[in-house]
Amino acid sequence: MNNPDTSDERGDPTVVLEDGVAKTNDPVSSAVARPGATTRRHEPGEPPRMQIPEKLYEKRKAVHNKRIDGPFRRFKWLVMFVTLAIYYGTPWIRWDRGPFAPDQAVLVDLANRRFYMFGIEIWPHEFYFVAGLLIMAGIGLFLVTSAVGRAWCGYACPQTVWTDLFQHIDRFVDGDRNARARLDKAPWGPKKIARRGFKWSIYLAISLATGGAWILYFADAPTLFFDFFTGQAAPVAYITVGILTLTTFTLGGFMREQVCIYMCPWPRIQTAMMDEKSLLVTYKDWRGEPRGSVKKAAKNPDQFGDCIDCTQCVQVCPTGIDIREGPQIGCITCGLCIDACDRVMDDIGRPRGLIDYATLEDCEREATGGAVKSPWRTLLRPRTIAYSMIWAGIGGALLFALGTRSHTELTVAPDRNPPFMLLSDGSVRNSYTLKLRNMESRPREMEIAVEGLPEGVMWTDTIRRDEASPAQRVTVPADLVRQVRAYVAVPEGAASQQFTFRVTSLDAQRETDTVQTRFDAPEEE
Amino acid sequence: MANKRIDAPTGTETVGHEWDGIEELNTPLPRWWLWTFYLTIIFAIVYVVLYPAWPMVDKATAGVLGWSSRGELAKEISVADQAQQGFRDQLAQIPIERLPDNSDLMARAVAGGRAAFQVNCSQCHGSGAGGDQKLGYPNLNDDAWLWGGDLKAIEYTITHGVRWAGDDQTRQSQMPPFEGAFDDAQLNAVVDHVLSLSGKAQPNAAGAQTFADNCAACHGPNGGGGREFGAARLNDAIWLRGSDRADLKRQILNPRMGAMPAWGQRLDPVTIKMLAAYVHSLGGGEDFVEVAKDHEVKVDEQP
Repeated sequence: MNNPDTSDERGDPTVVLEDGVAKTNDPVSSAVARPGATTRRHEPGEPPRMQIPEKLYEKRKAVHNKRIDGPFRRFKWLVMFVTLAIYYGTPWIRWDRGPFAPDQAVLVDLANRRFYMFGIEIWPHEFYFVAGLLIMAGIGLFLVTSAVGRAWCGYACPQTVWTDLFQHIDRFVDGDRNARARLDKAPWGPKKIARRGFKWSIYLAISLATGGAWILYFADAPTLFFDFFTGQAAPVAYITVGILTLTTFTLGGFMREQVCIYMCPWPRIQTAMMDEKSLLVTYKDWRGEPRGSVKKAAKNPDQFGDCIDCTQCVQVCPTGIDIREGPQIGCITCGLCIDACDRVMDDIGRPRGLIDYATLEDCEREATGGAVKSPWRTLLRPRTIAYSMIWAGIGGALLFALGTRSHTELTVAPDRNPPFMLLSDGSVRNSYTLKLRNMESRPREMEIAVEGLPEGVMWTDTIRRDEASPAQRVTVPADLVRQVRAYVAVPEGAASQQFTFRVTSLDAQRETDTVQTRFDAPEEE
Repeated sequence: MANKRIDAPTGTETVGHEWDGIEELNTPLPRWWLWTFYLTIIFAIVYVVLYPAWPMVDKATAGVLGWSSRGELAKEISVADQAQQGFRDQLAQIPIERLPDNSDLMARAVAGGRAAFQVNCSQCHGSGAGGDQKLGYPNLNDDAWLWGGDLKAIEYTITHGVRWAGDDQTRQSQMPPFEGAFDDAQLNAVVDHVLSLSGKAQPNAAGAQTFADNCAACHGPNGGGGREFGAARLNDAIWLRGSDRADLKRQILNPRMGAMPAWGQRLDPVTIKMLAAYVHSLGGGEDFVEVAKDHEVKVDEQP
């Protein structure tokens, strides 16, 4: 077992860093002693080296954020209520679309492949509208980030909203910061088990409501709600609710800020998008440092800055960071530390804004005694204006496309086998499969006409040949595609040629669509 | 055997081998990896017990669940069959004359008939039902029918076949060969007359006389055909076996007559009903105006 080369006495086993190279006083292997070995050894003349940390992993420190009130906290409440109300409430909004379409305002009807959003109905082939909306959402995030920093992270992100909600549950059940920290440390006993059980069951109830609300977007909400609790809903509904309940429970209840710091790509992307002109929550260190208590500052008036090191900003932080260390990935810029600090500054009679929403540029200007620019002015700069215009441009294009889109469409597939057919009177017949698309939520009568085919007449699978004429009428059911088999015949002697099918809706809209196709006839020999 | 030792900088044991001074640390696998690995082993054992796994000589071990991909397919097929059962019952009950009134049932019957046609009929009639003039398989898309083109007549033809020895109700007729009965002049004259019926040649008296004496009994005085005998209509643009003079002469002297199996012996009545609906839907289907005489088709034998 023992290596004969190293079984004797060992040198100092410490690992040291120098010039970024890890070195040891001990040979890494028995080969080191040989000439030409590449492992560097600690030379006797070199200065002592420093230790590298044993572990790169740090266990999560529980965040027990303290209650705070202030403008930012109130804004956070408002956003939380609005976003939660939208999420939980939207599936229950009704929207009358007549007898042929569902009356749910927002409905992703996967089974029938329709997407309803208030007055808009989207078919699968129009999915580019959804793609456009997603692009708008993406550019919207860019816009918000370049204008007001990580406002999305701080207020509107679902992870933030639900984490906030769960932190309020913590406070409601276990009390404020100190009580929660105490309870964490307390040994497990009946009381702690009861408290934890109660708290986690509230977590679970919220998670279930969150997962449950999701599926209501995909089916008629009241029906599905009833079916879900009577065990009649589809298995996929239960599976989806199960998965989303689990993710809400773990991500919101337990992982919380770790999602933002370690899992979410958006903070990383945002750091690349921010510059010195972006608004972010900043501690004005030139004002605050060096820190000293009020007492110390009273004794030595000119030696201390405004920060009294009360750590209120740390205590209220929902992600548990110290903003005084500067901008960092863990800061979601929710502004609660601003609320906390402003309150302390008011109490000790120093000016507000030691921690503030500011751009780095402004901070620098302020530090050197320059004039303070209004944050509103920082919002309007070429980048934000450009983003706004791109965003509005895409939105306008989508609206235009939505407003001018036709609700009537025709596709034609000619029969290729056989390409043409001789009839007993010598005329030549071709067959076509027509698809008439009616995107209105009512049955519509449509006229199919054969154009540009001399003496051409048509009939269909439901209209007999005795009634053949250049144009026929069919009724297309509400919100559906009707397939029509059309037969087109021309008298003897006609040549192969191009012609056009035209479909016209016989209502006030008189929408029309044309498709050019081919009429095949026997070659003259 | 090996020179295992604790590596001082990392505190980890080496694997004990050395190659040119290079040693390898025996770093333990991450715990999550190890547990995942153990789980896959457990999964594999459970899988081997439950499902077919070990290849044997002729088949794999069965597994206690008795699952097989063929069994799965059979189950899916039976589920699909059951899903269609209601439709098939409906189709069995409805008389075929009433089928066009129920457009939904008709559409489903046509779709089912298309599938059955591709399996059973396309070998002769072609996948597009275009037939073959050289071989004498009728085109089913056009409006010329030897034995009748309404739903009931089509169903009868499919059920009992054409000139099919195994079915005593089969469509039966025989055109006599005229080999040796006509001399050349007579033959040419009658060919001219037949072509003249559809305006392809000048009419002539001799040919007309010969036609009246020999052909009109079945094909009709004006060549309008006779569906009772499956006699082709001669005064239209459609020629089952070609419209050349040579084609006509061959057919007169030594007629070839097609045959079709009696599908009633092979297919169930519902499938035949669907086939009839499909063939009728191809574009030449007729309404119930003329039905050949001996068509006492019992449409509704099923409950």
